[in-house]
Amino acid sequence: MRGILSFSSYVPYRRLARSAIAEVLGGAPAKGTRSVASYDEDTTTMGMEAARLALDSSPAGHEPDELWFSTATPAYQDKTNATAIHAALRLDSDRPAIDMGGAVRSGVGALRAALDSTRSVLVVTSDMRTGLPSSADESSGGDGAAAILTGSESDGPVLATYLGGASATEEFTDRWRAPGDVRSKVWEERFGETAYLPLGERAWNDALKASTITAEQVDRIVVTGTHARAVRSLAGRLGTAKEALVDDLSTTVGNTGTAHPGLLLASALEGARPGQVIALVVLADGADVLVFRTGDALSSFTPARPVAAQVEAGASIPYAKFLSWRGLLPVEPPRRPEPERTSSSAAARSEEWKFAFVGSRDRSSGAIHLPPARISMKGDAVDDMEPVPMADVPATVVTFTVDRLVYSPSPPVVFAVLDFDGGGRFASELTDVDAEDLSIGDRVEMTFRRLSTADGIHNYFWKARPIRIPRS
Amino acid sequence: VASHGIKDKVAIVGMGCTPFREHWNKSTDDMLVDAAQETFASAGMEKADVDAYWLGTAMSGNSGIALARPLKLHDKPVTHVENFCATGSEALRGAAYAVAAGGYDVAMAIGVEKVKDGGYQGLSGAGKAPTDGTGRSLTAAAMFSLVAPAYAKKYGVDEAELKDVLARIAWKNHHNGARNSRAQFRREVAQDVICNMPRVAGPLGVYDCAGVADGAAAAIVVRAEDAHRYTDRPIYVKALSLVAGTGSGVIDPEYDFTHFPEVERCAADAYKQAGVTDPRRQLAMAEVHDCFTPTELVLMEDLGFAERGTAWKEELAGSFDLDGDLPVNPDGGLKSFGHPVGASGLRMMFECWLQLRGEAPDDRRVASAADRGLALTHNLGGYPGEMVSFVGVVGSQPG
Repeated sequence: MRGILSFSSYVPYRRLARSAIAEVLGGAPAKGTRSVASYDEDTTTMGMEAARLALDSSPAGHEPDELWFSTATPAYQDKTNATAIHAALRLDSDRPAIDMGGAVRSGVGALRAALDSTRSVLVVTSDMRTGLPSSADESSGGDGAAAILTGSESDGPVLATYLGGASATEEFTDRWRAPGDVRSKVWEERFGETAYLPLGERAWNDALKASTITAEQVDRIVVTGTHARAVRSLAGRLGTAKEALVDDLSTTVGNTGTAHPGLLLASALEGARPGQVIALVVLADGADVLVFRTGDALSSFTPARPVAAQVEAGASIPYAKFLSWRGLLPVEPPRRPEPERTSSSAAARSEEWKFAFVGSRDRSSGAIHLPPARISMKGDAVDDMEPVPMADVPATVVTFTVDRLVYSPSPPVVFAVLDFDGGGRFASELTDVDAEDLSIGDRVEMTFRRLSTADGIHNYFWKARPIRIPRS
Repeated sequence: VASHGIKDKVAIVGMGCTPFREHWNKSTDDMLVDAAQETFASAGMEKADVDAYWLGTAMSGNSGIALARPLKLHDKPVTHVENFCATGSEALRGAAYAVAAGGYDVAMAIGVEKVKDGGYQGLSGAGKAPTDGTGRSLTAAAMFSLVAPAYAKKYGVDEAELKDVLARIAWKNHHNGARNSRAQFRREVAQDVICNMPRVAGPLGVYDCAGVADGAAAAIVVRAEDAHRYTDRPIYVKALSLVAGTGSGVIDPEYDFTHFPEVERCAADAYKQAGVTDPRRQLAMAEVHDCFTPTELVLMEDLGFAERGTAWKEELAGSFDLDGDLPVNPDGGLKSFGHPVGASGLRMMFECWLQLRGEAPDDRRVASAADRGLALTHNLGGYPGEMVSFVGVVGSQPG
């Protein structure tokens, strides 16, 4: 039996109130909020955060055979993005890390392919949804990521067995974006609805057949996709119980595109009991339906960070800040030199440190060195260090400062000296933080971020952020 | 550890120092020529009389050619040194040790920095080697701003009081700089003005930071026994000590940001070399690296001028004022001069040269210069937890 072994989601900290858009640009104020990736996040870093949480709660000792990454908003083209996540997770080099991306449909497509494969696959989906100011995409979109570990019983307890699925595909241009454009465009709404509904119904019926269940037997159903009106229409035609419909998080997070099927599936699983049937229906350039039945293992599964808790923990940002983070409202940078491009060869040499935040511990004195060193600062032992992974170790703020001079894509920089539980000190930039809320003694955790970009090379490294949700 | 020092083996017989300014109309080469010519004249020499040269610059040139070309030094050994903000002192150390070793009779140390051609405020040119992108990118102001709250917490000084202490330090140095024609800022600044400036990093405001200027300074050293051939008032090198830290402070949980261990060790070594046992009473004056006001505060303790946890009281009491017990930065310090990296260490030494020879103008003359006859320079580079420190002691008399 194949299915889901672990899952997690990542919702970034910041929220934009949709009413804030109308306050600036006029129009009818929309309700609710959308999630906003920080200026130092991209689809790779968010995917990494979801992936590490999913591996946190995956079967003990199990390392996925493969890592697949899907997004419609890749940080790189031509270069694989999944390899940065692979490095940050410290997966063995014999585990392939592959991008299966480009379009929104690739997220659910990768999940389906993983369920049909014979290997255990960590499917990471991530997206940042942007439109021009005042657009529907800007308002209703969201940023986030999800990671789902698929495999079979031989890999560990199956939380939800994959009962079967179906697909329907046709070529039609409802939503499109030329490479390099910041916005997507859409055709007249009625056309898409007309195109999607028959595809959705066909895939739905085929999936029920393939999984030998009836619509009434479905306990929880997720319906999502790139065409909001078609999604709403279809949800009412599937014959499932009204209360089975899972909240699509549109009022809090927004539609996270490629990540949304995974995000909502995680949410559905977190609200499910063993023995329930969960269906996932996705409309994106066709229709895809996946059907699962939860197993007993679900009752003993604790998500590292539930979706609901992450949704709850958000804090707002002003609309202008959102626009500047998105590059839609360029602001005057600090008058300091911009960062140099990262050296590829130097970065490759320090992969363990840079991507996975692995320091070294002197075997004789126990002193932890961040970054790793060859000669100990205590006792001067030479080449007697062992690697010490610090990414998941919480730390305490010893002292901090606010740097109003240094270059940053979003000044000022909040910077703190951190002492890690069990030893080790590192001076780190903080993120997802307002300086006025920070105090000495605050607890922080490390998070994988994009520090800067120069010559098109993204500089990925770690920052610290306040611990707002305990990690199970 | 054998740090024998070169006490009384070498003497400075000539010095020069350009005004420290935003020298929009002077190049690095111009400043080198100006400082060198003033120094040759001061020692009564010509460039051919100098056997070897040490050039200190952190970001305004590379190799000895950066000096040999503008000065047209023919067939001379010219060494380029760099040691962060202690670069100027490092040049002097190289020249003095070479003469003490007997390798040369006469050597020049010259330091220069052209900071203002970078197009940014502040220092921004150093350390451009390709990296993996994981290094800290903070400004020096932010790194040193960590010191103030740590100090206040450790010694129970409340925040407002500490702000007054820091403003007092800035006020003192501007007071002194106002009396120095070579200083960049020659204006006194009221303490409430200092306190009310916009913040740049942590609790530090604009006036808590050193200025930014271009400049150059130089010294000629000879064997002590030859000194009177060039001047009747040489100053004798008593100690030149340098410590480059391991950088462990920033990764060692035991470090608390209230002191600079590199400076403490460097000072101990310098005092040993010089035979100084009570710096507070033996030294006539000190030029210290006041890159930021909290730096000067902590240095008073690291250099042994005040007991741990008491420097803030001493600052308020005026102990380090021009007319205080031990005048600190009588020339105005980095605060008034700005900080052309390669030149600052030699600029500090230039003030010792003036004061010990009785050449400082009346309105900023150190009263005990003649009696005590010893002066100290302290020059550091880097950050709390990761720094190089230099301490030099010079005296007006041998022995």
